[in-house]
Amino acid sequence: MSAPRPLIALAGNPNTGKTTLFNHLTGSRARVGNYPGVTVERRVATMSLGSGQDADLVDIPGTYSIVGRSAEEQIAIRELTGLGGGRRPDLVVLCVDATNLVRNLYLALQLQELGVNLVIALTMMDEARGILPEPHKLGAVLQCSIAPVVARSGEGVPALVELMRDRLATPDAAPRWRWTPSLTLRGAMDRVRAAAPEGWPKDDALALWALMSVTETDELQGVPQAVRTAVLLGGPAGEAVDEEVITARYRWLDEHIAPALSGPPERSLTDRVDAVLIHPIFGFVVFLGIMFVVFQSLFAWADPAITLIEDIFGALGGLIASSLPPGILNDLLVNGVIGGMGSVVVFLPQILLLFFMLGLLEDSGYMARVAYLMDRVMRLMNLNGRAFVPMLSGFACAIPAVMATRTMERQRDRLLTMMVVPLMTCSARLPIYTLMIGALFPPDRLWGVVPVQGLLMVFMYLFSVGMALTAAWVLSRTVLKAPNVALVLELPPYRAPRLRDVLRMMTSRASMFLREAGTVILGFTILLWALLSFPKDVAFTQDYEAQIAAAQTEAQVAQLTAAQDGERLRGSYGGRLGHAIEPVIQPLGFDWKIGVGLIGAFAAREVFVSTMGVVYGVGGDVNEESVTLRERMRSELRADGKPVYTPLVGMSLMAFFALACQCMSTLAVVKRETGGWRWPTFLFVYMTSLAWTVSFLIYQGGRLLGFAG
Amino acid sequence: MAQLPQNDEIPLASLPSGTTALLTRVGGDRAFRRRVMELGLVPGAAVQKRKTAPLGDPIELEVRGCRLSIRRAEAEVVWVKA
Repeated sequence: MSAPRPLIALAGNPNTGKTTLFNHLTGSRARVGNYPGVTVERRVATMSLGSGQDADLVDIPGTYSIVGRSAEEQIAIRELTGLGGGRRPDLVVLCVDATNLVRNLYLALQLQELGVNLVIALTMMDEARGILPEPHKLGAVLQCSIAPVVARSGEGVPALVELMRDRLATPDAAPRWRWTPSLTLRGAMDRVRAAAPEGWPKDDALALWALMSVTETDELQGVPQAVRTAVLLGGPAGEAVDEEVITARYRWLDEHIAPALSGPPERSLTDRVDAVLIHPIFGFVVFLGIMFVVFQSLFAWADPAITLIEDIFGALGGLIASSLPPGILNDLLVNGVIGGMGSVVVFLPQILLLFFMLGLLEDSGYMARVAYLMDRVMRLMNLNGRAFVPMLSGFACAIPAVMATRTMERQRDRLLTMMVVPLMTCSARLPIYTLMIGALFPPDRLWGVVPVQGLLMVFMYLFSVGMALTAAWVLSRTVLKAPNVALVLELPPYRAPRLRDVLRMMTSRASMFLREAGTVILGFTILLWALLSFPKDVAFTQDYEAQIAAAQTEAQVAQLTAAQDGERLRGSYGGRLGHAIEPVIQPLGFDWKIGVGLIGAFAAREVFVSTMGVVYGVGGDVNEESVTLRERMRSELRADGKPVYTPLVGMSLMAFFALACQCMSTLAVVKRETGGWRWPTFLFVYMTSLAWTVSFLIYQGGRLLGFAG
Repeated sequence: MAQLPQNDEIPLASLPSGTTALLTRVGGDRAFRRRVMELGLVPGAAVQKRKTAPLGDPIELEVRGCRLSIRRAEAEVVWVKA
């Protein structure tokens, strides 16, 4: 074929079955990327129009209107008209929810004013039968081709494809206006149209778009200055324009569409379900139950799969280690490459599980109820109710939680959530807390009842929530200050989720994580491996090789090997780096050996435990329950003969781990979600500074109060 | 839109749950106002206040057969006539 493949845009309100229809039309896997400058996904896939003809179908994010003042709201107008240099689609398919016809057709009127080549897919036909006029009669009123479909079952899709093919062959892109602008508005539109420079369409509908979208403080990209000036200088007040236009469109819909409907759609099921699910008492019981399942699945149910993955990569590493001659290449492959791949894949169980749950919650309509129930709480963080599930997931792991911010509508809300989710007590912090609390605090009971160690653990959770709240409060008033956008939440009817859509979203998320965040994590792992493995020619204090050769028992060999590994690590670049940062961390009560542990823990927080095992020469295969490591820590002395680890140092170190961004995978996934290094850099800098400051205050304040440093 | 309330107007927030009223005008900042009107809450539309969320905010509305939820503070600037 010589002509380029036709480009078809799929648009519609949220909750209209648009994604299901997209999956039905394309069948194959979509190519997913980000829109430039915003963290919104652009999905394109190839679809077959029959008789050997293919087309590209782009899924436009669900929207109620083409008008908007933010960069992400601008996506719709760009994709629909090619405004700003993109390709104008040859055809627009608009998903219209047949059970909510008037509200959905508001967007259709906007598209007709724009003069796009339009086909309407009337979705949810199974729910709307009996209340709708005949589709062809509706089409006659709207002067538009309409195909009724049931996206869930695929009923009507072949007829829709046929219609799309016809419309591509004989386009109908005449602008249709259902209302007449007032003289004032007419004048303003003429002025904006006339001001449009070369390359900006001189079009009534686009002039109206500018009048309703451009403000003194909008975030729109690429709007010519001449157009801005024409909108902002003189002319009618924006509020008056908005009211005139929106009222006029609805008036037409109320006169021409509403009377043809024979009644409201059947909503008794949704009403009955809502009577329970947003009930003041039962609603919260069910909510807590569902959230428990979401949390528990990440926290505990993913565990067997995680262990399995770790075992597989461990075995793979062992296999390579024993089949290649020992040396740097062997070590690189085993500890750098295989280990790095393992630390990427290990996130998959949680990501898959969380997105499975999210898919079910979102597609069933329950996610909107979560937002409705929890909005009051999330408002404390200057967020809305939609931030609840990502925040909750953060208690298991920040990686899937950051990815879950996709379910939020606004860029600023997504960013704010991403910036505070890593403060939540994720499961990787627990081994550190367990080690510190176990080694440094007595297993006593306060007042004979409350165990001190358990109390400290609870305190660490409360501490993280408090810090996340504070961080959100501060960030939302400084770095992420944005005009307070009112919450307007649609509560869609409950519908059974379609498993195929959920699974497809799940696998698409997972593969994106592997491809984009995974490569960064792998790179970091290899870098860290190199830091902790080189140089190889460490000058040992004893001749370990000879001693090992002369050793009598296996225990002696193990002890000597561990001591040698410890010395090697202390002499590595990472070890030297630990020395180098000692002046910075000394005011927090940490010595350079802890510094090495902090560097190692950048791979993942829990690695701190095994790194400390190696540093102290008790071997890297210790865990947080290890008695040897705890005793070794308690007996570790400073140069002045005082113990390195006191309860105060333990508190300082726990606070540091609670607050510092000791997790390269979090940075990698934030980079992937925000499309650049700016936000992950900010996250790292702010969290680490916060951690340093709080640990400093704890340690120095504690010493001033007379606690042993 | 600094109009004084008319005698028979009340804010949507004050409408008793379960009652329906005619919308007279929408206040608030421009983005909110436009969003709400584009969702069908235009002057003259019948709007029902359904219930309040268990924690006291937001509130649930029905307009043109569609369920929406807005915060109480915003419902104070949406005016209706019983």
